[in-house]
Amino acid sequence: MANIKERNEIKKTVDTATLEDKTQGETKPEIIREPIFKTNNFNLWYGDNHALQDINLTFNKNEISAIIGPSGCGKSTFVKSLNRMVELVPIVRTEGEILYRDQDIFERKFTVEELRTKVGMVFQKPNPFPKSIYDNVAYGPRVHGIRKKQILDEIVEKSLRDAAIWDEVKDRLNENAIGLSGGQQQRICIARALATEPDVILMDEPTSALDPISTTKVEDLMQELKKNYSIVVVTHNMQQAARVSDTTAFFYQGYVVEHDDTKVIFENPRDQRTEDYVSGRFG
Amino acid sequence: MTKNYNVQEMIQKNTDNKGGAFEKSIPVILFIITLVSILATIAILYTLISQSVEFFSRESIVDFFTSATWMPYSSDPEYGIWALAMGTFKIVFVATIFAVPLGLGAAIYLSEYATDRVKKIIKPILEVLAGIPTVVYGFFAINFITPILQSIYSGFSLYNATSAGIVVGIMILPMIASLSEDAMSSVPNSTREGSLGLGATRLETTFKVVLPAAVSGIVASVVLAVSRAIGETMIVSIAAGSTPNASLDLTDPLQTMTGFIVQITSGDAAYGSTLYFSLFAVGMTLFLFTFAMNILSQWITKRFREEY
Amino acid sequence: MQLIDKNLIAKKRNGRLMTNKILKWLFFLCTLVGLAVLISLIVDTLIDAVGYLDLHFLTSMGSSRIEEAGFYGAIIGSLWLMLVTVPVAIFLSVATALYLEEYAPENRVTEFIKINISNLAGVPSVVFGLLGLAIFVRAMAMGNSVLAAGLTLALMILPVIVVSSQEAIRSVPSTVREASIGMGATKWQTVSRIILPAAIPGIITGIILAISRAIGETAPLVVIGVPTTLLVTPNGFLDSFQAMPMQIYSWVKMPQEEYQYLAAAGIIVLLVILLLMNSAAIFIRNKFSTRY
Repeated sequence: MANIKERNEIKKTVDTATLEDKTQGETKPEIIREPIFKTNNFNLWYGDNHALQDINLTFNKNEISAIIGPSGCGKSTFVKSLNRMVELVPIVRTEGEILYRDQDIFERKFTVEELRTKVGMVFQKPNPFPKSIYDNVAYGPRVHGIRKKQILDEIVEKSLRDAAIWDEVKDRLNENAIGLSGGQQQRICIARALATEPDVILMDEPTSALDPISTTKVEDLMQELKKNYSIVVVTHNMQQAARVSDTTAFFYQGYVVEHDDTKVIFENPRDQRTEDYVSGRFG
Repeated sequence: MTKNYNVQEMIQKNTDNKGGAFEKSIPVILFIITLVSILATIAILYTLISQSVEFFSRESIVDFFTSATWMPYSSDPEYGIWALAMGTFKIVFVATIFAVPLGLGAAIYLSEYATDRVKKIIKPILEVLAGIPTVVYGFFAINFITPILQSIYSGFSLYNATSAGIVVGIMILPMIASLSEDAMSSVPNSTREGSLGLGATRLETTFKVVLPAAVSGIVASVVLAVSRAIGETMIVSIAAGSTPNASLDLTDPLQTMTGFIVQITSGDAAYGSTLYFSLFAVGMTLFLFTFAMNILSQWITKRFREEY
Repeated sequence: MQLIDKNLIAKKRNGRLMTNKILKWLFFLCTLVGLAVLISLIVDTLIDAVGYLDLHFLTSMGSSRIEEAGFYGAIIGSLWLMLVTVPVAIFLSVATALYLEEYAPENRVTEFIKINISNLAGVPSVVFGLLGLAIFVRAMAMGNSVLAAGLTLALMILPVIVVSSQEAIRSVPSTVREASIGMGATKWQTVSRIILPAAIPGIITGIILAISRAIGETAPLVVIGVPTTLLVTPNGFLDSFQAMPMQIYSWVKMPQEEYQYLAAAGIIVLLVILLLMNSAAIFIRNKFSTRY
């Protein structure tokens, strides 16, 4: 395991890079980067399979952080660790810390329910509930005890507007969401995630099941959402990462090869493997 | 759009008084309800065993399992289960002879030959057939099948093994047909195409490729159907008579284990009499037979499960 | 050298195709046996029933005089019976299915419970009757009441509903489950607001089919000692009662031919009720099943 050291070296340089950004930020206030998620030596096993190894990453507020890498590199597992959805698999074991706003998400008094209301998620395949569009979007607020019709109405409208689908569905809020097209379903799912006004939105390959037009719509939407939310997006589509994200982390075989500003990753990567991947030589 | 609320704040306020105790008690409550099914099994075993023990304290257990004479009403009663067991076996024999070829034929047709449209018509018919109460089948046996049999061969008694057996066969037919069809349909099409692609006919493909691949599921379905036939009560009570005997004759009246239980309970077996307790000894034997069949069926399914 | 004699293959081909064709028709005939039985059963019964099936039959109590005997007491009795069986069976089975599918850990206890349920499904109904006789009728001193028979039938159809409910719950895709949990909903919120509503058409279909089995079930009622000559309908759950299949059985067993006609009339009533229930099940299955 000689390359572990090498990897750590890389990570250190990455960390200092973000630190430098910060110090620079003090002199140039317009690019203040406030970290929202930070992982410290995070490790994860599926049974005996060491799926994530010593992950040290920082994601910033009001940015889109992309995670790229070949299939099976652990990128989905990692993003599902951020809201502890990964624990639905019974054989999962974790080590190390994930700090959400400086609070360890694995801490006992931080319940998963609370974490997941603050860290929402959009999944790979559109997965609306077999309910009406309204009930889908109102689901989150309702399970968390918000019952006033008037407030729910407002939340539903605002979420659907924010998800850029209000105009398409405003006249049929009582129709079953299953009947919508795939792209519309995915935006309903985004609206559903927005309804609880989370701090962070995790997106696990949100456009992989969509056609190009719907994909563009979702990508535009992400840019819009960035103003109010922080987004961590997993994607297997490098152009997408390049188009939408502020920073990019390249995962390979369960560890982070390189994490930097997206521009750097795509134009001037430090690591040969990153360069090979982003230039399409493997993947 | 102006916004005069803060969802996270409202959630926070609601979460503070959300008790975790309720959430934790749900699985416990559900588990306790689930235990009722275990309790039912225990109650069945306890009933059968305790009352059988009472029976065997009065009558010889050796005679029970070795004798073939069942004469509970005589002044010197004899309880030899083989007289009843033979009755059951005769019924099961006729039912199996009748239902297995027809059931398999139907399964092969549905799985290998039928178009989706034919399937859509036939399958509900099988479902309806499976849903007909057994007392109705009993009526059908005595008022339809028996007269036909008697007109073919005058040696048939009003109550006989053949009529009841055929109708028990009709009752288990849908089960064999649909479970075997499931087994055959789960053989992947690529396997079939491999054979058809070499110029084999549908028939050759069925017998040389599909049936061997589905054999465990088919056998399991037959075993399960046999278990159902052993436990069948109303058809035999109505059409097979109430004369326990260990003969091999299929034209004369007989009595099965289930038929005996119905006969005694529809009369009045005085509570606490030996006759009353004999019900449970017979019930126990019946339970063991069907249990063994069910276990066998499950074992076959598990042991020889084809993985595709 | 030629390993394959093409002429020989060609010569044999016609025979093979013929066998295929003949057996295809033979298999088709096997399939038709079920239909033939169903038709002859219904026609035969209808012919027997036709003079007896009238309003009087539906509205009169049983009577020792054949021309006055009716089915009313049996119909009402069966309704009372279902009033016990249905809620008890639904409560126990759906809770069991939810536990097994959503909460049960993967361990030996769970494995044992599952095996036990599938074995319970294979226990002959007459043995459930013995259970009812010894436990409910005798030990708990309920007598041959609606309650004793209803509980017995509830236990009998429990495994059927458990298995069909499990299938319905399992068919709710896990992505939907994840979506709910991912919003911070608790397990029970997810189960009660998402999974149960999505699974309910399947569960109801299973329940209706199980109830139609319970309505026609005779053997346990005979064993429990349900009477056939009552002149009143029950007023409470601890009263004696009559039931449709039981009444039919007692008529079938009568030596006089006229009773066979009464039995036939009773069968038609029972079959019509079952047919309505089955149609309802199919309707619900088609109408409300959610496609993902």
